[in-house]
Formats: sequence, structure tokens, C-alpha cells
Amino acid sequence: MSMINAAVDGAIAIAERRSGKIGAEFYQGRARTMIERSFFAFKTSSWMVVLSGFVEPVFYLLAFGFGLGGMIGTVSDSNGHAVSYAAYIAPALLATSAMNGAIYDSTWNVFFKMHFGKLYQTVLATSMGVLDVAMGEIGWALLRGFTYAIGFMIVMTPLGLIPSWWGILAIPGAVLIAFGFASIGMGITSYLKSFQGMNWVNFFMLPMFLFSGTFYPLTIYPDWLRITIEALPLWQAIQLERALTLGTLDAGTALHVLYFAVMIAGGLWFTTRRLNALFLK
Amino acid sequence: MIVAKDLKKVFGDFTAVNGINFEVKKGEAFGLLGPNGAGKSTTMRMIAATSLRTSGELSILGKDPNHNGPEIRAHLGVVPQQDNHDNELKVWENLYIYGRYFGLGRKFLKNKIVELLDFAQLQEKRDVKVDALSGGMKRRLTIARGLVNEPEILMLDEPTTGLDPQARHILWDRLFRLKEQGVTLVITTHYMDEAEQLCDRLIVMDKGQIMAEGAPAELIKKYSSKEVLEVRFGSTKNAEAAEQIKNLGDRIEPLPDRILVYAEDGEKVLEQIHKMGLQPQTSLVRRSSLEDVFLRLTGRTLVD
Amino acid sequence: MSVYTEPKMTWQGATKIVNLRKALTAGPWFVAEYRLRNMSKWWTAILAFGLGNPVLYLLSVGIGIGALVNKSQAHGVDGVPYLTFLAPALLATSAIQAAMDETSFPTMQGFMWDKSFFAMNATQLTGRVIVGGIMIASAARCIFNTLIYALVLWAFGAVAPASIPVLVASAILAGLGFAAIMLMTVSFIKQDDGFFAIVGRFIIAPMFMFSGTFYPITNLPIYLQWIGWVSPVWHATDIGRALSYGHAVTPGLMVIHYSYLLLMLVVGMTVGGRQFAKRLAA
Repeated sequence: MSMINAAVDGAIAIAERRSGKIGAEFYQGRARTMIERSFFAFKTSSWMVVLSGFVEPVFYLLAFGFGLGGMIGTVSDSNGHAVSYAAYIAPALLATSAMNGAIYDSTWNVFFKMHFGKLYQTVLATSMGVLDVAMGEIGWALLRGFTYAIGFMIVMTPLGLIPSWWGILAIPGAVLIAFGFASIGMGITSYLKSFQGMNWVNFFMLPMFLFSGTFYPLTIYPDWLRITIEALPLWQAIQLERALTLGTLDAGTALHVLYFAVMIAGGLWFTTRRLNALFLK
Repeated sequence: MIVAKDLKKVFGDFTAVNGINFEVKKGEAFGLLGPNGAGKSTTMRMIAATSLRTSGELSILGKDPNHNGPEIRAHLGVVPQQDNHDNELKVWENLYIYGRYFGLGRKFLKNKIVELLDFAQLQEKRDVKVDALSGGMKRRLTIARGLVNEPEILMLDEPTTGLDPQARHILWDRLFRLKEQGVTLVITTHYMDEAEQLCDRLIVMDKGQIMAEGAPAELIKKYSSKEVLEVRFGSTKNAEAAEQIKNLGDRIEPLPDRILVYAEDGEKVLEQIHKMGLQPQTSLVRRSSLEDVFLRLTGRTLVD
Repeated sequence: MSVYTEPKMTWQGATKIVNLRKALTAGPWFVAEYRLRNMSKWWTAILAFGLGNPVLYLLSVGIGIGALVNKSQAHGVDGVPYLTFLAPALLATSAIQAAMDETSFPTMQGFMWDKSFFAMNATQLTGRVIVGGIMIASAARCIFNTLIYALVLWAFGAVAPASIPVLVASAILAGLGFAAIMLMTVSFIKQDDGFFAIVGRFIIAPMFMFSGTFYPITNLPIYLQWIGWVSPVWHATDIGRALSYGHAVTPGLMVIHYSYLLLMLVVGMTVGGRQFAKRLAA
């Protein structure tokens, strides 16, 4: 019995330490616990699944960069220098895979936990807050994204696809991109009720993937379409990564970073509000 | 309707049903009792012609389920232990589609579904997705679904698990009515009162074998005394007290939380206990039930 | 069941109301009816994907990448403009995607998530019958989807109108072949621990990317070309290119293409049917 009491005292003490601080009703400063939980789940998950997230962009790179690249030759970068087609699409694939991973983790994974595992109901029945959950889940997604980005860079570099030393910053760049998408994705998922609803996420993602200049420059588009696409996060992400790997940084690069900073702040605010409305009504 | 001889089912190196014999007559309500893992559900699935027997003989409606499965199933109604509805379809659509599986006509089903919704008291939930139903409502829908083809034999695997007491009583009434129509019922249950209420005859199973067979009253008479005295001395003193009173009544059954004393007259035994200078914290005299039969036969209570 | 009411129940008994002959022979259609009713709930999504995907791919790959390719390849690819080269591949790909959507997740759902196959199997429907029904429904969606796609391709001038019927037919054959293999594979899966992520990324994605979809398969080093040989995408695309713009395929190879797709369909349904029956009766 004394053990139980000690645990209860502990939990209350922890909760009380936070109380009075701003945001204590939804943040208890223990997002770490969610990450720990993910790590336990990860240890028992299949390594094939983990590996599969890494091979996808590599397949794209091989298929498009080399299969198609042979027919295309070179493409000009933002400074007008000719770069090989593979070097042109490689950073875009890195950005896209950062986006896909973050979206997958924050939509499909979260959807399953919400509707089937009822994980969040369980967690929020304890003293954890919704922002702890959101940050914990996003944090885990970022850890994964970080690992994948390193893996992809390890493949790209010996193939000569990273001509600039700035390229090393493409790794934190990928994490920043993933953070932006994950923070919004979770909030969006909270609106979805069925698997088929999840398909609409893909329905929005696919055109963004196809048209955001992953595979070709936007110059072939009419102005209105080009400007629309330039406002979308994936284009911003691709430009950021491309500038870093090809070493063509300029003032625009800073703007891309700012774009994601705003996206992250807005996404977290939105997701926290949604989760609060959903679980703590 | 159903004849099983030396019926056996083996999964890998695990024998779920180990050579059982029984017979179910038309219009009878037949019960299968036993703890979890006794082989009830496996037996049910063999009768429902959805699980092939390993050996022995089984005849359902005069046919062999290993060879005429579909023909047998066309005339059966099945209420599985776990509700397996299509959660994305509405309540009436679930009934409709299930009826269509039997090839029943659209017009027939339209009328039938009205009756079935009435039967299950789900009229108001007609256009609600199954996802949004409560556990009890889902259960009732499963039972209604099992009746859509007006089955000759209705198989109910723990039909009232998850229902509230009132709903259980109403369901029992509905099942009686079906029996009066001549429908044969095969029921498994965890609830002894349910078995006593519903079953004309039952078998008690444990570890894949039949421990006893007969009408509920017969079984109680055969395996238990008329009355049972339940006494509690507190968790630390029960064992000691059991040792002291072990010669009272017909026999005693010490359980972790209480001691059962089987006797013709429970009050009399209680007096004897008091005379020995023992003061139970609580005491209760009741009629013997199937639960006691079960305890006697399997050495376990039903729920563990 | 809160308030007690007298139920009104008419009862003739199953022997009267169930037409046994019909029940035993028309089973696949009953299952298909269920699947189609389920699909009808998502018809907007199905239509949007059926119509949206092809248009998006056409615009992005066909026209976007096409602009880059045509710029550096004066005679186009395989002697035709990139879009014409690409069209049969896109058609086959979309047919496969549509057909497979009806056999991948739904099969997992029927066995594991909502266990609807067990509910079906409690009636006279058998494992083989259920497989038949799913394939009918899958074919219906595949045909619908492929016809729409063909119309879009025609509207973009990517295919000659005369070649549409045969193109559609070969794409559907590829779709059903792959769908049957998918159905068979999923019917063996007992744990859904990331199965679709693994299959999707290790098997399906390479089959689309390394099967001569976006560039001639001969652009790849020979040690990667085998991926195309086992992929229905390549077989269907090769047929499609021969029919659409006269890409050179020997008659012998043509026979191999058709046989391969047909074999996938037959093996998938036979083995799948057996496994369905086995798993439902376990």
C-alpha cells in the first residue's frame, strides 16, 4: 500500500509543480514520456517496416534519376549552371520523403492510435496534457525523419549528388520540413472519421508531390499556377534542400526557413486546440 | 437434428475437443457449459459447419458438415461470440446484406427487416451506422441477423454477454418464442441462471470432454445437495476455519474468498458452526445451482 | 430492450424461404453486391481518384517531365512523343491500382479487422465463393476506372481511338491478375504489422518504377530489368505499346505477355480460394 501512496504523491507533486505555470492545463513538460513509449513500441516492430521508409526515396532516385536521367541529360539550377538530372531531383526527393514520413506518422499512425488503439484516451486519462501528446508524437516522427535523412545522404554523397559542403545542412533542413508537416498533420487527422477519409489526405498530397517541381522546373507552368505552387509547403521544402545540396543559397533560402518556422508554430497551436476539443470536452 | 459421435478437433498439437458424444432433438434448447477454453466454441463452430472436424461423426439436419457445409449453413442461424458487423454500413443494411447472402428476395427482406428490428428493439436505430451503436445494441443486432433466414437451428455463442439484466430477460422471452415455433436452439453461456432458464438439456464441458449431461434440475440433483451454505471468515482465516468444519454437511468446498458447505439443510449447518465457537463474518444459505455442479465437476468456478 | 413489447414475427422456416439452388450457385454475386454497396458509399472518392489520378499524372509526368525529355530527344522515345509512349503504362498502372484497392485492404479487413468473411462464411457462402465475389467487385471497379482513364488519355490525344478497346482489355487483365495475386498473398497474412508498408514499398513501388513505365526498360542495367519481367506492369505496358503505336513486340513475346497475366489471375484465384476456405474452416 505504501508503494501506491508514494506513487500517487509523486504524480500529484509533479502535477502541482506545473500548476500555475502558463499552459499547465495542456502541457506538463513530459512529451519525453510519449517518445519513450514510441521507442518501446518501435523495439518490437518489424525492422522491415523501418527499412522500407528509407528505401523508398532511394528507389525513386534510381528509377527517375538514372532511368529517366539518361534521356534528359542536364537541367539548369537557380544560378543557371547545368547539373545532372539525378543531382537535380535528389534534394527534392529528400524533401519529399521528409514530408511523406512526417505526414505518414502524423496521419495514418495517429489515426490508428485514435480510433483503434484508443491510445490517446488512455494517456490523457493520466496527468499528461494534450501538448505533451502532440509534442511527443511529433518528436518521435522527427527522430525517425532525422535518421532517414542521414541514410539518404549516405547514399547520395558517394554518387556525387551533393556538390556543396552546405549539403550537410540538408539533414537539419529535412527535420525542419518534417516538423512543419507533422505539426499540422496531426490536427487534420483529428477531423477524419474513416479510412476512406484518410484517402483525401493522399488526394491533396499527390498533386503537391507531382507538381511542386520535384521532377522538373516550374518554368513550364503559366504564372498563376507557378505562383500557387510556390506558396505550397512542398515547393518551399524542395527549394530549401536544393539550395543546400547544390550550394546555391540566397536570401530566398532564409525565407523558406521562416516559412517553416511559421508553419510549425501555427500547426502546433492548431493541433493542440483540436486535441483539446476532442479529448477533454 | 444434431448427432455427434466421438467428435474430435485437433489444432496442431492442441486437442480442443476430445471425442464427445451428444444428440440434439428438434425444437430442443440445448446448452453447452464450460469455462473458457473448454472447447465450447470449437464445438459450436463444428456444428455451424464452419470448422472441419478432425475425426468422429457429426450429422446436422441429416447431413455431414465436412461435405455439405453450405447446404447446412443455408438453414442455420449463427450468433458468434464476437459481433462481426460491417461497421461502415447502417443497421438495416447489415441485416439486408446478410439476408442477400442467402439469396433472399429484396421484397421479402424489406418486410423481414421491419420485424427483426422490432424483435431487437432497434427500430429507431435503423439508419444509424453500426459503429455508433452501444455494445448491447450490437449484440441484439447480431441476434436479429441470425434470424434473417428463419433458421431451423439457431446457434448462440454467449448471446447475452454485454446485455443488461432487463435486456437479458427480454431476450430469453424471445428465445422461448422461437422454441415454440419449433426452432432448435444451441446455446453456450457463462451464466448459470441463463442455462437453467433456457436449456432443456445441457452438457458440461471441460478440457474438450463432456463431464456431465442432462436437464438442469437432474444435474443439480445428481451432483449437488439441496442447499448450500456460504460462509466467509476473512481472507486470512478461511483456510483454518475450513479445516475445522470439514466434516460438516455432505462435503465442503473451500474457495479463496469463502467456504461452501453442501448440505440438505443449510441453516442447521450454520447453527453447528456457531456451536463450535466459530463466528463467520458473513453467511448465506441458498439453493444449489448449476454453478455448484460446475464447481464439483471441474474444480473451477465458471469465470476463471 | 428497455420496455417490453410483443414482437410480431412471421415464420415459415429456412427450408421454405431459402432457395437452396440459387443460394448455392449465385453466391459470388451476393458477395459482389455487398462489396459494391460498400463502394457506393465512397463513390465520390472513387470517382475523384479514378479521374483525378490520371489527369494529375498526365499533366505532371506526361507533360512536365515530357517537356524535358522531348527537349533532349529529338525523335521522342521509342520513336513517338513522350506522352504517347507513357500513356499505355499509365493506363495499366491505374487499372492495377483500382483492382488492387479492392483486394488488399478489404481482404485484411474481412479476415482481421471486422471479420466480415467469418460472418459470410456462417451462411452457405464458402471461401471460394467469397473470392469469386471479391474479384467480381474488383473487376467492376477496374473496368469503370480504366474506361474513364482511357477517355482522359484520348482527350489529351495520347492514344488513338481505335486502339482504346484492346488497350482497355489488356489493362484490365493486368489489373485483375495483380489483384488476384494480392488477394492470395493477403489471405495468408496473420499479422498486419506493417504488411502493406513493406509490400507497398519493397514490391509494388519497384514494380511501377522499374518496369519500363516512365522510360524504356532497356535504359536500366540488365541486373535491374528482371524486376520488369516479373511485374504485370511491364507485360501489360508492352502489350499496350504494341497496340497503341506499333511498338515492336514479337508474336511469341505477345503470347508470353498474355499468358503471364492470365496465369497470375488463375493462380491467385485458385490458391487464394483454397487458402480462404482453409482459413475460414480453421
